[in-house]
Amino acid sequence: MNKEYRYEPVIGLEVHAQLLTNTKIFCGCSAKFGAAPNTNVCPVCLGHPGVLPVLNERVVEFAMKMGFAVNCSINQKSIIARKNYFYPDSPKGYQISQFELPVCENGHVIVSLKDKEPKKIRIKRIHIEEDAGKSVHDLPYGTGIDLNRCGTPLIEIVTEPDISSAEEAAAYMMKIRQLVQYLGICDGNMEEGSLRCDANVSIRPRGSETLGTKTEIKNMNSFRNVEKAILFEINRQHEILEDGGSIIQQTLLWDADAEEARPMRSKEEAHDYRYFPDPDLLPVIISDSWLSSVRESLPELPASYIDRFTNVFGLPVYDAEVLTQEKSIATYFDEVCKFTTDYKSASNWIMGEVMRILKEQKIEICSFPITAEALAELINLCQNNTISIKIAREVFGYMIVEKKTAGQIVKEKQLVQLSDEGAIRTIIAEILTKFPNELEELKSGKEKVFGFFVGQIMKETKGKANPQVVNTVLRAMVTEL
Amino acid sequence: MIQYDNHRQKLALICSGQLSLQENVEFFLSNIKKQSNLNAFISVFEEQARKQASLVASKIAQGNAGKLAGMVVAVKDVLALEGEKLTCASAILANFTSIYTATAVQKLIDEDAVIIGKTNCDEFAMGSSNENSAFGAVKNPVNAEYVPGGSSGGSAVAVAAYMCDVALGTDTGGSIRQPASFCGVVGLKPTYSRVSRYGLTAFASSFDTIGPFARSIDDVAAVMEVIAGYDDRDATSSKIAVENYITELSLTSDVLRIGVPKEYFGEGLQPEVRSAITSILDKLREAGHQIQEVSLPSTRNAIATYYILTMAEVSSNLERFDGARYGERAENSANLNDMYCNSRTEKLGKEVKRRILLGTYVLSAGYYDAYYRKAQQVRRLIKEDFSRVFSQVDVLVTPTAPTTAFRIGEKSTDPLEMYLSDIYTTSANLAGIPGMSIPVGSDNNGLPIGLQIMANEFQELELLKLGSVIEKIMR
Repeated sequence: MNKEYRYEPVIGLEVHAQLLTNTKIFCGCSAKFGAAPNTNVCPVCLGHPGVLPVLNERVVEFAMKMGFAVNCSINQKSIIARKNYFYPDSPKGYQISQFELPVCENGHVIVSLKDKEPKKIRIKRIHIEEDAGKSVHDLPYGTGIDLNRCGTPLIEIVTEPDISSAEEAAAYMMKIRQLVQYLGICDGNMEEGSLRCDANVSIRPRGSETLGTKTEIKNMNSFRNVEKAILFEINRQHEILEDGGSIIQQTLLWDADAEEARPMRSKEEAHDYRYFPDPDLLPVIISDSWLSSVRESLPELPASYIDRFTNVFGLPVYDAEVLTQEKSIATYFDEVCKFTTDYKSASNWIMGEVMRILKEQKIEICSFPITAEALAELINLCQNNTISIKIAREVFGYMIVEKKTAGQIVKEKQLVQLSDEGAIRTIIAEILTKFPNELEELKSGKEKVFGFFVGQIMKETKGKANPQVVNTVLRAMVTEL
Repeated sequence: MIQYDNHRQKLALICSGQLSLQENVEFFLSNIKKQSNLNAFISVFEEQARKQASLVASKIAQGNAGKLAGMVVAVKDVLALEGEKLTCASAILANFTSIYTATAVQKLIDEDAVIIGKTNCDEFAMGSSNENSAFGAVKNPVNAEYVPGGSSGGSAVAVAAYMCDVALGTDTGGSIRQPASFCGVVGLKPTYSRVSRYGLTAFASSFDTIGPFARSIDDVAAVMEVIAGYDDRDATSSKIAVENYITELSLTSDVLRIGVPKEYFGEGLQPEVRSAITSILDKLREAGHQIQEVSLPSTRNAIATYYILTMAEVSSNLERFDGARYGERAENSANLNDMYCNSRTEKLGKEVKRRILLGTYVLSAGYYDAYYRKAQQVRRLIKEDFSRVFSQVDVLVTPTAPTTAFRIGEKSTDPLEMYLSDIYTTSANLAGIPGMSIPVGSDNNGLPIGLQIMANEFQELELLKLGSVIEKIMR
């Protein structure tokens, strides 16, 4: 029996999303990433004696938005708590977070993996909390601490242990990133740490109801690493159990370079956080009107886009999913469709040429040089046979570089498709006389030579001849001979 | 020499040229120097106070000075004042300078008060005798062998010994009222949330309050009018409007319904204290006020509940004093954990460490429900006791403390005995209601006796009204 069959992984994820609020969660400092160390700080986020936190309500709003997007119930009264532990990047010696009664509870998301049934992953809770500072090691004088990140708002999204493979975990993360980006509450950048993930992993004999001993893996800073690290851990646990050993409950750090997860020193994880309600902050009360105004302010979410793209624009589900992976792409597609009715071609162009350029140039769609309207113009020139698809690709290349419209380029470079039958007939007649041997072959029924002649005609017309017209006319002329 | 009973008179004397503010400040400065043996101050702002006095004097002359113009104020050294040391009477902050100013202090400054210095207290406001200070014990001005009470001992002494007009203290379980009682001055602990806590180094956040010490009810009222009110930097501060205490005081002479809770007159109450209170109650009855006995049955649980909850909050609030980012750090530690341990072991005092340890214990996994959660439930019962009683009476009258001041060293070896000196004051903090101590005579040794008045939440005016009546009786 193979291991996949004998053991079933049980995985739960804790995802931290750094929120895109202007200011920090408990003070007026800028929450912007990238400032010089220890410049976005004040007595409050520095934890000076006597300071008090005041809750930024936008943070609650963002948490509610996420709650709505993943079908949570919103607690109209939630409690802010202190999580006590000592670490140099935590200036107060405790983190302000939530414990009993978070803002959101009991939601779910559906993730789809290729060739598998869609999977429902339950979300246990979403709570708000402040981020800690950052220890910067290996400086000339030792370790420094940058407290800019202190008090940056986070939401923590905690799943039930419903995930059963590394692949599913990565798909779940993509789903969460997709949602936070659509909601505009987090930039979703795992590499920069604005979206972070810890995984609780255990395995148990397939069919067993009891959970195995779990380990926690931290420090997975990309979707690929989430998948790799969890797979690593599943295999590690499997080998231990197969050898008759037992799993030690511990926290592991993923080392992306070495591609292995290593245990943290046990001292660092032996925590009793002594959670208790923060006496400096009143319970968060969400009024009915606040709740409904946030619900009404929700932007269109991926599911709705997919629904529209398949039903209104008639796209295949696959296209709709690819186009909605990132909101900016979906809105670009939407925009293109305002200027053309050839929706499937629009989808093909974006999934093909546009995404290729984005990937090659490592840019986002917002800095892509061809506007949605300009792309639609190109698509329309194809649709009405002004240019062939081959020429269109050429024009697309010019548009990237020259920043001109398709119409201008076609005009300047005289790329209008030649569809006039008479003109094409004249050109074909000339070429047929140039290649008498090949003509004989064609006459005797050698189909391969037909392609040769088409090629010669396209060469002669610099690709501008309408291929369909060329086919029809050539076929007719050969039969006539 | 002081020729005035309250700030209003002082201002009138200055305006009419009979008193120079600069000389007045010199008088206080010299008193601070002459009585340095009392150890009331940790920092004295000699030069700034002189400068401020001249500035305010000219403002007064120009007629554009604030409400508290020229009031000379001392501030307990747990309150932040930008650019000045904020020691909290602890070795761990011995050299720490605050980078901002507490709201209450700023409000005084904005009304042209003159800040003369920062007063000694028990370390992080934990104590009832002012013996727990890294800067040495504070002494009672009546008899320097006695404690001034705590934790705001320095502030009480500064007012009693004419080192300032008024002082700010803080009260978490009696730290304004008990030293006011021991030193023979008026001390008011406001309703929780009435005065912004922003800039008050937290001891127990759900109990801490800031309030004034003064030699007159009038000055207490004047300071309260300024420091009370909502502050957007303190999410727990109340938005309820602040009354014009002084105006209201001058208007009324209501008949008050006064409750006397029997639980406050039991065992352990010094006979002279009992008779002083009783005698005042008799005079109040004679003056036409209604006196009735009431019961607060949850009182017996107050001390235990108070210490469980405040220590829990202490254990968390004092985590920031770890030697990592500011304050003092122990030398020669092998690693981070040792640095934390050594810094806190060396630089925090015994009583503070005791409370941190006990607080850590009551919040620990497995003990939280038995201690912290249970104590929160009892706290609710205590609150309910008071709201029931305040449906029958306007104010409560009790002794402030079971005894007058005790000798230095007398209770410092027995923490439980020391904690019991808060027995009459902690309930007001548990319930969040205001309380005030007012001097009502002295015992055979000449040590002052304090009478405590408590009122329902946000009824500070009731305290002041009865306080005025008693003040007149005592004159």
